[in-house]
Amino acid sequence: MIEGSHAVAEAVRNCRPQVVSAYPITPQTHIVEALADMVANCRLDAEYITVENELSALSACVGASAAGSRAYSATTSQGLALMFEVCFNAAGMRLPIVMSIANRAMGAPLSIWNDQQDSMSLRDAGWLQFYAEDNQEAADLHYLAYKVAEDPKIQLPAFVCFDGFILSHTYEPVDMITQEDADKFLPKFAPSERLDAADPVSFGMYATPDYYLEFRYEMDTALKQARDVIRNTGTEFGSLFGRDYSTMVEGYRLEDAETAIVTVGSLCGTVKDAIDEMRAEGKKVGLLKIRVFRPFPTEEVAKALAHVNRVAVLDKNISLGAKGAVALEVKDALYGSGIAVKDFVLGLGGRDVRKRNIREIVTQTENRQGDLFYGLRRELI
Amino acid sequence: MADKTCELFDAGHRACGGCGAALAARLVTKAAGPNTIVVSSTGCMEVFSTPYPETAWKVPWIHSLFENAAAVASGISASLAKQGRTEKVVVMAGDGATFDIGMISISGAFERGHDFTYICYDNEAYMNTGIQRSGATPYDASTTTSPAGSCSFGNKRPKKDMPQILAAHGAPYVATASIAYPADLMQKVEKAIATKGPSYIQLHAPCCTGWGFEGDQTIAIAKLAIETGLWVNYEMIDGKVTKAKKVVRKPVDEYLKTQKRFRHLYKPQRQDAEIAAIQAIADRNAERYGIDIKLPPKKD
Repeated sequence: MIEGSHAVAEAVRNCRPQVVSAYPITPQTHIVEALADMVANCRLDAEYITVENELSALSACVGASAAGSRAYSATTSQGLALMFEVCFNAAGMRLPIVMSIANRAMGAPLSIWNDQQDSMSLRDAGWLQFYAEDNQEAADLHYLAYKVAEDPKIQLPAFVCFDGFILSHTYEPVDMITQEDADKFLPKFAPSERLDAADPVSFGMYATPDYYLEFRYEMDTALKQARDVIRNTGTEFGSLFGRDYSTMVEGYRLEDAETAIVTVGSLCGTVKDAIDEMRAEGKKVGLLKIRVFRPFPTEEVAKALAHVNRVAVLDKNISLGAKGAVALEVKDALYGSGIAVKDFVLGLGGRDVRKRNIREIVTQTENRQGDLFYGLRRELI
Repeated sequence: MADKTCELFDAGHRACGGCGAALAARLVTKAAGPNTIVVSSTGCMEVFSTPYPETAWKVPWIHSLFENAAAVASGISASLAKQGRTEKVVVMAGDGATFDIGMISISGAFERGHDFTYICYDNEAYMNTGIQRSGATPYDASTTTSPAGSCSFGNKRPKKDMPQILAAHGAPYVATASIAYPADLMQKVEKAIATKGPSYIQLHAPCCTGWGFEGDQTIAIAKLAIETGLWVNYEMIDGKVTKAKKVVRKPVDEYLKTQKRFRHLYKPQRQDAEIAAIQAIADRNAERYGIDIKLPPKKD
């Protein structure tokens, strides 16, 4: 049994980052405290930079990565928002930094509790985005993230997102990979270009309108190519460690489902339990878990949901004035299919979502309800 | 000693003729030598030196953002240390990036004590965006956001004392320099780089476009800043001023009159009280750094 944050820290250690740069913020702190402890006790051979804020945390990673070191940071919520500018910059310079996001709501009002508004709001920054269902996945996805991010075809940074408190502070059994095995999977960081006096290059130049569009195109192309790289890398991980991450989505009792629930992160566990109950009562319900949100697995989603009658998307985020980010993508993937997609924005700011809520959402979806905030306390409005 | 024939900042960049910052880049890289990684903040120097796909930098160079050069340098420095590499890290950032938007990042990097040299090329306003006031803009300078007008003499505040702030962080080497004194500047760059830990050099680099003078006057105006005591070249070792360039001081008039940013102090009429206030700044500088050369009394 290990706490989620500590499982993540152990995985990060096994990835051998040479520079760790982070700033404390709840609920990310246990990860960076654990890493600092490893450095202090020679369990991790890294420079640990205790920066003055998150903007500098990621900026130091930019410098370290450009100079040729594997770099790591972790943050959440307000901290990630403070990194907004650096996130775009790191991706634009094609620096394969990996950052853990212990997902948390955005203020105001201030909330330290979980939803996924923080990382979802950075969906356009050019980072790969992985979402973990449990602490096993949270740990494992770090190995995968580094390997995919550093692939010569990709060279883009990656978020590994796992729900704050719900996973980060929860103890679960986690199968820990040994350093020896990790080294077999993840080779040393060897970027094709780095800041090096022996071969000077310029990073982060400015581009006129004659050049800018092509830079963005190349980033988009790389992110889309990551679908194949994730497939191959996930297969390799599976063959070494027995846990297969070759697919960006995962179905649960979905084969003959009439109603499908789509969501990301730890909520998948609750949904699976609710599905088991509903299945026992004869209801044909299944789950499609989305593990990789960027690149978005459009084709995999469309294929996995092609046979269902209706879809309920559970979004722990809201693009205010529109819909949840996941629902928008799922609707795009299913466009023209005639399958009804209903969005349920729920669980924001740590509001608990229980099995009975999932059952109610399924009933509402069957009754063609949806595209709403689920679980509102009407008496407060 | 630096190889004075070595050119690591190439010709063909897009700076204005007479640009003080371009000269700064050339002299600093010359002094630093090829085993250097340069970090630039967003600003004039970054833009005029790296229009993709061309670059003027013959040393490894990185620009990330406006406010984070010191943090990027921290990461590079940590990375080099971990890899056992010998390159020196030199930041070249403007005064806006240093005095204002990058202040937190610089403070953090200096407090942590990374081994790097931070050079602020100080042209005393945001030139890249069109001459707006920064924390380095001198008293009474007219900029586009501190314009002189019928009820304003321009910038209302004196320059922030950045060297003192960084010395207070425990920086072992802090210096000021001027592009008008290249040998002194290059020596200071060499010293800063050779000093273990974070070093800071504030480099006066006049901007012909922003200050309003002809491009062939850049050096002359930089010299006048020193000669009037409005800019003092000094060194601080472990927080103590160890050396300051002495001058036979000229009245500040001789500096102010050369630049359009101070024109409102003379036209339509001379503003005696304002000029006296600026003279008082120079007098305070002279006293503080002991720069006055006392000439023997003239014999009849």
